[in-house]
Parts: sequence; structure tokens; C-alpha cells
Amino acid sequence: MSSATFRIWRGNAEAGAFEDYTTEVSEGMVVLDAVHQIQAEKANDLAVRWNCKAGKCGSCSAEVNGNPKLMCMTRLNTLPLDEPVTIEPMQTFPLIRDLVTDVSWNYEVKKRIKQFAPRKPDAPDGSWRVDQYDVERVQEFRKCIECFLCQDVCHVLRDHRLHDKFIGPRYLVYTAALEMQPLDTEDRIADLANDHGVGYCNITKCCTTVCPEDIAITDNAIIPLKERVVDQMYDPLTKMLRMFTG
Amino acid sequence: MTYESFEYDVLVIGAGGAGLRASIEASSAGVSVGLVCKSLLGKAHTVMAEGGMAAALGNVDDRDSWKVHFADTMRGGQYLNNWRMAELHAQEAPTRARELESWGAVFDRTKEGKILQRNFGGHKYPRLAHVGDRTGLEMIRTLQDHGIHQGIDVHMECTVIELLKDGDRVVGAFGYDREKGRFRVYTARAVVLASGGIGRAFKVTSNSWEYTGDGHALAYRAGAELMDMEFVQFHPTGMVWPPSVRGILVTEGVRGEGGVLRNSEGKRFMFEDIPELYKSSTADDEEEGWKYTQGDKESRRPPELLTRDHVARCIVRELREGRGSPHGGVFLDIAWIKERLPNGAEHIKKKLPSMYHQFKQLAGIDITQEPMEVGPTTHYVMGGIRVEADSQMSTVPGLFAAGECAAGLHGANRLGGNSLSDLLVFGQRAGQHAAAYAKEQTGASINSDQVEAAARLALEPFEREGSDAEGPYQVQFDLQDMMQAQVGIVRSQAEIQKALDAFGQLYERAGRVGVQGNREYNAGWHTALDLRNLLMVAEAVAKSAILRKESRGAHFREDFLEKDSEQAKLNTVTRLGAGGEMEVVQEPLAPIRDDLAQIIDDNK
Repeated sequence: MSSATFRIWRGNAEAGAFEDYTTEVSEGMVVLDAVHQIQAEKANDLAVRWNCKAGKCGSCSAEVNGNPKLMCMTRLNTLPLDEPVTIEPMQTFPLIRDLVTDVSWNYEVKKRIKQFAPRKPDAPDGSWRVDQYDVERVQEFRKCIECFLCQDVCHVLRDHRLHDKFIGPRYLVYTAALEMQPLDTEDRIADLANDHGVGYCNITKCCTTVCPEDIAITDNAIIPLKERVVDQMYDPLTKMLRMFTG
Repeated sequence: MTYESFEYDVLVIGAGGAGLRASIEASSAGVSVGLVCKSLLGKAHTVMAEGGMAAALGNVDDRDSWKVHFADTMRGGQYLNNWRMAELHAQEAPTRARELESWGAVFDRTKEGKILQRNFGGHKYPRLAHVGDRTGLEMIRTLQDHGIHQGIDVHMECTVIELLKDGDRVVGAFGYDREKGRFRVYTARAVVLASGGIGRAFKVTSNSWEYTGDGHALAYRAGAELMDMEFVQFHPTGMVWPPSVRGILVTEGVRGEGGVLRNSEGKRFMFEDIPELYKSSTADDEEEGWKYTQGDKESRRPPELLTRDHVARCIVRELREGRGSPHGGVFLDIAWIKERLPNGAEHIKKKLPSMYHQFKQLAGIDITQEPMEVGPTTHYVMGGIRVEADSQMSTVPGLFAAGECAAGLHGANRLGGNSLSDLLVFGQRAGQHAAAYAKEQTGASINSDQVEAAARLALEPFEREGSDAEGPYQVQFDLQDMMQAQVGIVRSQAEIQKALDAFGQLYERAGRVGVQGNREYNAGWHTALDLRNLLMVAEAVAKSAILRKESRGAHFREDFLEKDSEQAKLNTVTRLGAGGEMEVVQEPLAPIRDDLAQIIDDNK
């Protein structure tokens, strides 16, 4: 059995510092295991958020050696253990304590997006007929586990702090899932352009890089939304047509 | 003291599938709803459900109907089920599934564009509506995204530690917020418990830290009866390696798609022991089993798709007899289907994406190339709060329960896929009836003595420092080790008794637990508070297990290997005795209605 040192951020919004903890590591361990071990042995009150420990709930997001990661899916054998492993909370959200941040802003943003509104059912029993092909396109977006790592890494939020103007990659994916839902009848394009700030995204693809579900956020969600905004809001022909059709 | 206070018509505790569905229903009935959850919204254990949601839609095989689903559920539960719940569940699940679609869920489709259904253990026909192998995520997200527009007040990261009563009636709850550790008083005309399971009472479990039997213990302390607590489901296939992921679930969907179990000798050992009840519905050979998984209607299911209790025990047999895999499991092989399907590897990735991902990332194994190692993991508790079938009201007025924390639907063993449907069917019913009950009530008064007593008790761990105090984690670990070893998959009088003898000391140690730091997001403190619930439910499991002297469903006694016809008629009831002691007794089941008995006979 060997040991490794973990440099963990301890503190709250007022004050804090990194603290080093050395603990034993064994084959197959992930970062969250090390954090739990430290919590049980040395720092009972260490604050960390987690649930499923299998990459399915998106609770244990943090920055490991500066990279936004799910701690439960980051194996220690992917990190250099001859130097301390740095673990710190996500930087885009206000700190609560230690590794836990206040992500409530995300929940507020979601409420502002128009909810799903299905077309009338196709069959008398209230069900619909949908092709598997159409289903698969939105299923990619619906894989999202809401870990908010894409929000964490997005420079519009992280560096420019435009939380009140831009909904961030997570909610662009959410909007894309609704817009491309085969049954949906709602129109969210004007909101995207005006209130949700889709234009702030300059497609640097940082969000795509960190997504633990491998959702092609930029290519499959954001760019198509940007195109729809352009088509609907700025295309002169469409604009004229709309004047006649209402 | 004054605490932050909230008042609702209906307070729902727990925000997994059942709690969300109950909240949505109560809210649509026009009452005010508060929803309290231990974690962030959308993170509850429902997200872990992989295989699907059982509903007799008949989209893939039109011979299916609620009657067949009912008979399957009763057979799976070894007839200890509350038959009325099994009836309602089978009848209402299709409506609940379609409703989920109308709220935005995106299920996989059949060629005709209907909701696709897959095979699962114990279900006669392909019955599980699903989304790849992440159906639970689809369900919780759909409910969450629908629920946030319903005017429900959500209290995230808030834990309830005591229910408050006015006379016989439950009128509220007392808890704390995780962020600051501040106490909160909730006044409510009706309370719905939807707090999930008790997996953390065992060492190897698929459950997260949250599942410490809170709802069970809250209800018990409030005077409600629990039922059938001996029935704990050990899912046959959890990961066994690496050690840190031991217990994480490997979906039954792997077997539904054609995955097979083999021992170290390469033998498909499941063919060796097929229970009498299932002989006529199980494949004779490997070929027939394969055809079944590929949708051949004339074929019967492979023995890997027998009920979970049976598969788990067969795995334990192989392990005990020395035919296990290198890391103490058996082999689950889906890669072999490449022999049968030209694009096998792609097919596996498409049908089981999160399993592919999970093994690749956590174990460094490519499941399209090599077998997985799997072994049983504590997954689900069939037992729980005793409820009235139609309304889901417990034996205490004003207190309702739905989902895993309620008892009845699953009897001695739950069929895979019947949990997600349970959450929706009975979440809806609990929400509806709690709202109706709340409307009939006049104001309730909160007793400040109860509040103060709960607050005092909760803060005690901070006052215990010094040599006598012990950290909360070691007590929890010791309890988990004990339950795993002595009240686990294979039980006996002597072993259970050993566990029961050890409870005194564990309670005593729990009473001495001390914590460091302050009340802000303090995991040690939370673990200390959860210990009380965990010990209570563990004791109920052990006491119920020693009373049932037979093997039935998930409860397997090596000193009583057979089913007993007398105990077939008995439920096990746990309640708080007059002197504060735990009382566990057996009570007769209600005789089944004739028409339902006929359905069971017709489907034998």
C-alpha cells in the first residue's frame, strides 16, 4: 500500500486555505474515495457533496489539479501522485464550505426557460408515434447529469461573471433538448437571443471538453441554436414572411 | 427558541421519483406544497435506476395486460404482497408511463414509433419502458422539470430529523439545513414520506450516503407500523472490483440484452437450479434463452432472468463452492453476443451506454471485449412503512408514505422495473390523498416541547468531546460490517442472534459519538444524526429476520431452507412498544379477493 498527499481547500466564503492530508491509496481508487477516507480518518467535518459515486448524479464536481472533474470518476492512476493532488471547489459559483459551492443559480435559470408543451396526442389513448431517429438526437442532450462542470469552465460565467445575462452551456443544452423534442410546440428562439444571451458564447468548446457525459455541447446544441436564432430573427426573407403570416 | 418556520398544506419528505410525483399531484389539487430533500434536486437514488419502468402497455407483445403484470408481481413477491397495491400498480402503471411522456420524457421507440419495452427478470413479456440504460435519470429529470413550474416550494439539502405530532396526528416536521446547520420547523396538514431505502445499513450497497432509513425511522418513532422489514433485496449484479466501486449497480438490462453468467470454470451455472414456480417459463437450453432475449415470442427466458433473490443466491453458492472470479464475484459476459450479432460491439454500446462507460472508466474494462466481474449488492428494501393501499396513509393519521420507504407492493421480493412504476403510481396516489386529507383538516398546533427535545438531542454530539467520545464513522462501519456478515443474503438463527446481541453496545456507542467543528455543512455531524435511524432500521431488519423461520423471496434462512405454508399467510409488523422497546410480531395477511386469486391461477 502506498500513500499520496491531497491538498484540499478548507474554508468558507470569508476565509480559507489549502490543507495537506496524506492518506493511503490502493488500486482502483478515485479522488472521491481519497476525500472520503480523509473525512473518516482525519477531518470528520470536511464538506463534500456526493451521492451516487458512479458518474450518474453529477453531485461531486470539483477542480482536481485545476481541471473540472467529477471526483467519483477520476481515478488516481490518471494523476501524478508523486506531488500533492490539488482539490478545490468549482470557481464559478459562490463557496459554501470546503469543496461545496452554492449552485442554486442554476436551478433559478432553469425555471426561466419555457417548459415543454407537447402537440396533441397521435392516438386516442393519449400516446404519440415518434421515430427512433428523432428520439436519439435529443437523447444525447438528455444524458446531461447536471454536474454544472460546463458552467464552471465557461469563461462567460467564470471570468466575466455574466450570470445575469447568459444562461450558460448547461441551459443551452437544456433549451436544445426542448427545441428538438419531436413533440414540442413551444418557441424559445426569441428568449435565447434576448434574455438568455446565446450570442455571448463564442464557441471555444471548453464546455464540450469537460462534459463527463461526452455531450457535443457546442457542435450539437449551441451552434444549431445559434443558427436557429439567426434564421428566425435576422434572416430578412423569414422576417418578411413573418410579417405576412404573423 | 424560535426557528425558521414554514407552513404548507402538504409537506413531502424526499425528492426522488415518488416524492416528486406526490408533490406534483398534491400541487395540482390546489394545495400548497413544500418538498424537502436531503441532497440537491434531481440527485436522488432514482437517477441510478437503469433498466426501465414496468408497465403493461403491450407495445412489443400484445399478449401483455395488467392481469399478467399483476400475476408476475405476486409470483415475484411470493404472495406476501399487498394484493390491492399490486392490482392498482399493474392497472395504473401504463397511464403513469404515458403521462411521463406527455411531460417530456423521451423513451426509446418501437418500429411503429410506440414506446419500446424490454425483457426483465420475472416479467413474462417485454414490459419495461426504457431509455437505453438511464431510465431513472430520464424519469427524475422529467418530473423535476415539470415540477419546477408547479409552484412547489423546494427545500434542497435539508434533512428532517423528527416528525411533530398533535395528539395522534402528524402535523409537521423538524429538521436542519445542511449549509448552515440551522434548525427549521415545518408545519403541515399532511406529511408524505418518500425517503427511499436503508442500503447504508449494509457494507456492500448500491445506495448512496442518503439511504439511512430516515423515513422508516421517523414513521416508527411517530408511532406508525413498519412491515416486512426482513425482506432486503440483494441485487445479484454489483461491481466487485476495484474495491472502491464495490457494490455499484450493474443493470439487469445486461442480462435482458443477452448477457450470461459464468463461473470460473466457464459454466453457465444458472441452468443448474431452476425453482419449481418458474420451471415452465424458463428456457431448456442456451439457444432458447438467446432467442428469448432477441424477442422470439415462442421462446422462454434464460435462467439469468429469474428473480433477483434467486440469481443472487446462485452466485453466493458458486462463491462458497470456490468457483468465483479472481476478485470474488462471478463473470457476467455480454461480449459473447458478438458471435451472434454482426455489429455486436456497437449494439452493446448503444443498448448499454452507461454500463460501457462505467466499466471503462472505473475498472478499465471494455465490456464489448471481456466479461465483467459481478457479485450481489444491497439494493432495495421491500419492507417499509405499512400503508393503506388506495390512499398510502400509514397507521398514523396525516402521515403518508410512497415509494421504497412504503411496504406492500413487492412482498418478499421486488421484480426489476417495478420500482420506477411503483414511484409513479403510489407517488401520485399519496399526493392525491394527502392533498384531500389536508383540505379536511383545520389548523394544527406545533408542540414546542417536541421541537426543543429534538433540537437538544441533535446538538448533543457537539457537546461530547474528550476521551470518551468516538467519531461517528467507525460506529457506522461496524454496524455495516455486522449486518453484512450476520443479517445478509444467507441467514441463520445463530448469526442473527449474534447481531441482535450486539445492538446494545452499538446503541451505547452511538450515544457517545462526538463531532468536531461547527454546524456548517458538517458531514460528521450529519453522519452522527443519521446513525440513530440506521440503527433503528437495522434492528428492525434483524428482529424481523429472526422471526421468519422459513426461506421466502429475498429472505433466505439456511436453517429453514423451505417455504412454510403457515408463514405464507403472515406479514411481519414492527412497532414502537408502550415501554419504548421495539415490538415485532407476525400478523395475518388479508385474504385475497376471489377475482384476483383467479387471475393468479389463470397465469400459473
